[in-house]
Amino acid sequence: MNAILNTIFAKHRQQPGALLPILHDIQHELGYVPEEAVPLIARELNLSRAEVHGVITFYQHFRQTPPGKHLVRVCCAEACQANGSEALAAHAAKRLQGEDETLEPVYCLGLCSMGPAIQIDETELHARVTPQKFDALMHKLGEKA
Amino acid sequence: MSITLYVPGDAGALALGADEVAAAIAKHAAKLKLDITLVRNGSRGLFWLEPLVEVVTAQGRVAYGPVTEADVPTLFAADFLHGGKHPLRLGDIAALPYLARQHRVTMRRVGVVDPRSLDDYLAHGGGKGLTLARSLPPADIVNLVTDSGLRGRGGAAFPTGIKWQTVLDQSAKQKYIVCNADEGDSGTVADRMLLEGDPFCVLEGMAIAALAVGASKGYIYVRSEYPHACIALNAALAAAGDWLGDFEIEVRMGAGAYVCGEETAMLESIEGKRGIVRNKPPLPAIAGLFGQPTVINNVITIASVPDILAQGAAFYCDLGVGSSRGTLPFQLAGNIKFGGLVEVPFGSTLRELLYDYGGGSRTGRPLRAVQVGGPLGAYLPESQFDTVLDYEAFAAIGAALGHGGIVAFDDTVDMAKQARYAMQFCAIESCGKCTPCRIGSTRGIEVIDRIRAGDQTQIPLLRSLCDTMTHGSMCAMGGMTPYPVLSALNHFVEDFSVVKAPLPQAGEGLG
Repeated sequence: MNAILNTIFAKHRQQPGALLPILHDIQHELGYVPEEAVPLIARELNLSRAEVHGVITFYQHFRQTPPGKHLVRVCCAEACQANGSEALAAHAAKRLQGEDETLEPVYCLGLCSMGPAIQIDETELHARVTPQKFDALMHKLGEKA
Repeated sequence: MSITLYVPGDAGALALGADEVAAAIAKHAAKLKLDITLVRNGSRGLFWLEPLVEVVTAQGRVAYGPVTEADVPTLFAADFLHGGKHPLRLGDIAALPYLARQHRVTMRRVGVVDPRSLDDYLAHGGGKGLTLARSLPPADIVNLVTDSGLRGRGGAAFPTGIKWQTVLDQSAKQKYIVCNADEGDSGTVADRMLLEGDPFCVLEGMAIAALAVGASKGYIYVRSEYPHACIALNAALAAAGDWLGDFEIEVRMGAGAYVCGEETAMLESIEGKRGIVRNKPPLPAIAGLFGQPTVINNVITIASVPDILAQGAAFYCDLGVGSSRGTLPFQLAGNIKFGGLVEVPFGSTLRELLYDYGGGSRTGRPLRAVQVGGPLGAYLPESQFDTVLDYEAFAAIGAALGHGGIVAFDDTVDMAKQARYAMQFCAIESCGKCTPCRIGSTRGIEVIDRIRAGDQTQIPLLRSLCDTMTHGSMCAMGGMTPYPVLSALNHFVEDFSVVKAPLPQAGEGLG
């Protein structure tokens, strides 16, 4: 971990206000921001550990524990609600119960006229997701892993 | 000769399988040894037709859509590469009434150009504003923007020229331009579409702003939910080379905090801190990013600037009504049949957008409520659908145009639940600095739960709580959450008087 962190720190050393970019890079590399990284980040940026911890916990995007095999986000904002996202979210929770996937709500993916929308592993998007389509996507995901 | 095809790389098109369609077309063409050039353009904003494939033929661009992977072999069989007949053939997309009736200014290149090509941008009228700006004294650039009547498109509708003038008037070694691309409002997709479909326009607008106020560094703050927009912007920055002169732009990714769309919370976030709202004054125009004078403008505001310079302030100011000048890219979302982007001058009505463009609900049921302006915008009943779309007309009925997002709901919607959700969203997203927002939102959920359990005496308490939030909150997060709550209560009170079993709320029980 230290080698990864040092590379990331070096990349951002000249950047004003580098904490968020550093946290993004760490999460990108490791999947989450480990507790052990906090004092190292704090020292690098001349911040207190509390300040770093405060930033990590303020932003919903940053995780302090490793995610499951896949990260599935279901949009729960109004435009998707108007197209049945609550039923989809309930279905998703049931479908993924006991499975090693991380299920999270997200508040708007910018796919507002084609809801309900979901996002898989940060960049893969799917619109007009019915429970059947969700199951098919999860099946495909299971085969990929 | 190579045949050029457009398959959108817009996130909306991707969510409907555009990558698979593009891959299938490439594979099929290779098999047939056909020479094609695939361009990943933005979306035209007719989302029921995505993925929308366009082919450049001798007769112009011919569109087909919505195309699925499975349609690709039949398209080749129909010789679509030369505009052949096919059930999905739409002809010239720009001639479809949905597009032909619009007045696209800011969004006119989105879906048309190759977002990765600076040459294509320049060939489609881009760059002229920046060239002109380089020959003008800063005060003249600011005057042009002031005279255009442009107001902030992020929702607050503050006159852009006045903001720029304030920054110009400051003497400081370092000034900043910050483009607010933290488009968190549900129902809004215009920023995303523009960032992905015409990123050079944003860069040009920022470079003009920099010349106008004397800034040397710019930031684009993009929400982390928009990774594709970040990729498009970074690609455009790499392609821009020295086109921007010595003005430097950095893309910053947010991290899932809605409140960072509030300008001072955004500055905190760029500085590497928690996205906590700052007290105003000082205004960011005087002491903003890293304490320096800072212009903060929404994506659409920034992207409106190049045309205002290139075509003159009057060109822009002649559009619109009252003190709402120019155009606004409205976004039809939620339960709507023909959802998408509709850029029109201010002055049409909600009804026109919902029915003439939107075609009513997707489910075919009557539209009952429409939320305009995101999670902090009011819910409008059918009786208000004739309200003229301009900032003042909406303010007059206790509503807000905001960023132009329009979310439609059919008659199955439970408005007490939507009111509860508004409070819940505020509780989740509050930065926590001021009490009315941090505590008021949670108390709001509880009060609405008691009303839904049958205790009508709690309604005056809810109104009183909303009053405190409106007048006591530091920013629009707590200050405008009462808009959806009170509009739901005022226009749909019947939903608050029926005793209902508590329902699961969006997001509860996940993650």
